[in-house]
Amino acid sequence: MSASSNWLAILFFFIFISLTLAITWWAARRTKTTAHFYAAGHGISGFQNGLALAGDYMSAASFLGIAGLVALNGFDGLIYSTGWLVGWPIILFLIAEPLRNLGKYTFADVVAYRLNQKPVRIAAVIGTMSVVLTYLIAQMVGAGTLIKLLFDLDYTVAVVIVGCVMMTYVLFGGMIATTWVQIIKAGLLLGGAFAMALLVLSKFGFNPASLFAKAAEAYGGKVLEPGTKVVTGAWDAVSLGLALMFGTAGLPHILMRFYTVPDARQARQSVVWATVWIGSFYLITFILGFGAMVLVTPDVILKAGGGGNMAAPLLANALGGPALFGFICAVAFATILAVVAGLTLSGAAALSHDFWVSTVKGGKATEDEQLLVARIASVILGVCAILLGIVFQGQNVAYMVGLTFSIAASANFPALMLAIFWRRLTTAGAVSSILFGAIGTLLLIYLGPTIQVDLLKNDPVWLAQQWWSFPLKNPCIVTMSLAFAVGIVVSLLKPEPTSEQAFAEMERRAMTGSTGLAANPAE
Amino acid sequence: MSSISIDTIKNDPQFQELVSKRSRFAWTLTAAILIIYFGFIFVIAFVPKVLAIPLGTGIVATVGIPVGLGVIVSAFVLTGIYVARANTEFDAITQQIVERVK
Repeated sequence: MSASSNWLAILFFFIFISLTLAITWWAARRTKTTAHFYAAGHGISGFQNGLALAGDYMSAASFLGIAGLVALNGFDGLIYSTGWLVGWPIILFLIAEPLRNLGKYTFADVVAYRLNQKPVRIAAVIGTMSVVLTYLIAQMVGAGTLIKLLFDLDYTVAVVIVGCVMMTYVLFGGMIATTWVQIIKAGLLLGGAFAMALLVLSKFGFNPASLFAKAAEAYGGKVLEPGTKVVTGAWDAVSLGLALMFGTAGLPHILMRFYTVPDARQARQSVVWATVWIGSFYLITFILGFGAMVLVTPDVILKAGGGGNMAAPLLANALGGPALFGFICAVAFATILAVVAGLTLSGAAALSHDFWVSTVKGGKATEDEQLLVARIASVILGVCAILLGIVFQGQNVAYMVGLTFSIAASANFPALMLAIFWRRLTTAGAVSSILFGAIGTLLLIYLGPTIQVDLLKNDPVWLAQQWWSFPLKNPCIVTMSLAFAVGIVVSLLKPEPTSEQAFAEMERRAMTGSTGLAANPAE
Repeated sequence: MSSISIDTIKNDPQFQELVSKRSRFAWTLTAAILIIYFGFIFVIAFVPKVLAIPLGTGIVATVGIPVGLGVIVSAFVLTGIYVARANTEFDAITQQIVERVK
């Protein structure tokens, strides 16, 4: 890209940074208690939280990744966009309202509600940290590579800048700043993508069918049919589908957002708005992907590096010249910043609220101590994110996003479902389900083709003959089913009467937001 | 808040009505989205050629395009159905239960 386009991108980026840091300064003066720091004082409206959820969810992987996937593979990109969207109705129907009614700051509040606090909290911290750290690696490495491509900046410098700006948001502005950063970023991303889609369609008489026809004319009808490029086998496709759908309902930074609204009704409205924005966004990226295929061509996209990630920025350049290119580059950078901020905050909440306060201090800690520990945890996670970004430099981390969703679907989602809906869940059942899901996913990914063939360059034929090898790239179909099974079997082996007795009270609270009992410790 | 025992809550007919109505509704919609999405995924996984059929003679667009976009639209529709009932019927019953206990 020419120097002038870089210059514009940097200008847009600095405007974004200045605006968000100003918001952080404003938010910092309002962040006085843990309820402000973790949950923005429960004062965010459903509409605002819907935009913020969309901001948290539309990572660089879904904006640049799906556009690239569609531009290079056509139809198959839809497997990701549909899978990532259909997780939201599941959250709406089953999770959002009970989660808001039962918890305070983290999803572990709900899992531990009628169980023995310490073991459940420790397991939930392990589940949360596995998700947060793998997702942080994917985002930080993506950030470094992308910024190198877009701004011609040194990789390490880029990773350090992302880490420090993100830490500033979280450390000083907590959830209030993080929420507004997400809202601004979601607005920019949706606006930018929508404008680009209109520009693409204007070149095809505003008829998507002629865009598809043009793509099929140039690259054959196969771009409009399911192929085998995105997933390599039938069961891999099913397993990936499971991970995408149920992983969303196990992502700690998404679940945490439901505590920023005042009540269950607003939690419900947040999911509705999030679904509207995210669904429209995926429809738009489908147009952008085909637009990039026709107007930029796959050869040029591949040559630009980043494994397809440059499809959207290059399309912007083709449509609107350096100004639009600069704007989209800045939006992509802002996207990564906002997502890592959300991740870091949810990791900090797990370390301080679930581990330090609830486990180490037995729930007894002053507000000041809790805030201090939360801020120390944010700094530790920020430094970890920078170090992980540097350590994994140059590695292909595309599989990390799939791994993240697989861990979330296997470790966090089954325990959360059982805690809300199954009367007989026990402490041992919940703990073993979370640990089994987290460790099982990591182990099977390591023994499968993703690590053994793609990363360690072993021969696939040799791998298939090893007794320990696992045939699927994505283990979710096995690990999620087993996590449910383990949780149920362990609970049935040794019943926990206190947990069963507390179920009626919990159900009442999950449905109505109050237990109706005089002695209600959480209120 | 008045002090009532957990048995009173369990036996509150209105609460039982809310639980059974809401659960049946939520799980039905969950089943619907699961069938739609995994129907789509199973076709992609096992009989992808079905989605490769052109929409008509002389049209290049395949059956897969409206079906894939249909999955996205169905998520919108099911969300709308849930919210329409939850915002009116369920919220009203919840309100009554909470008011009565106060």
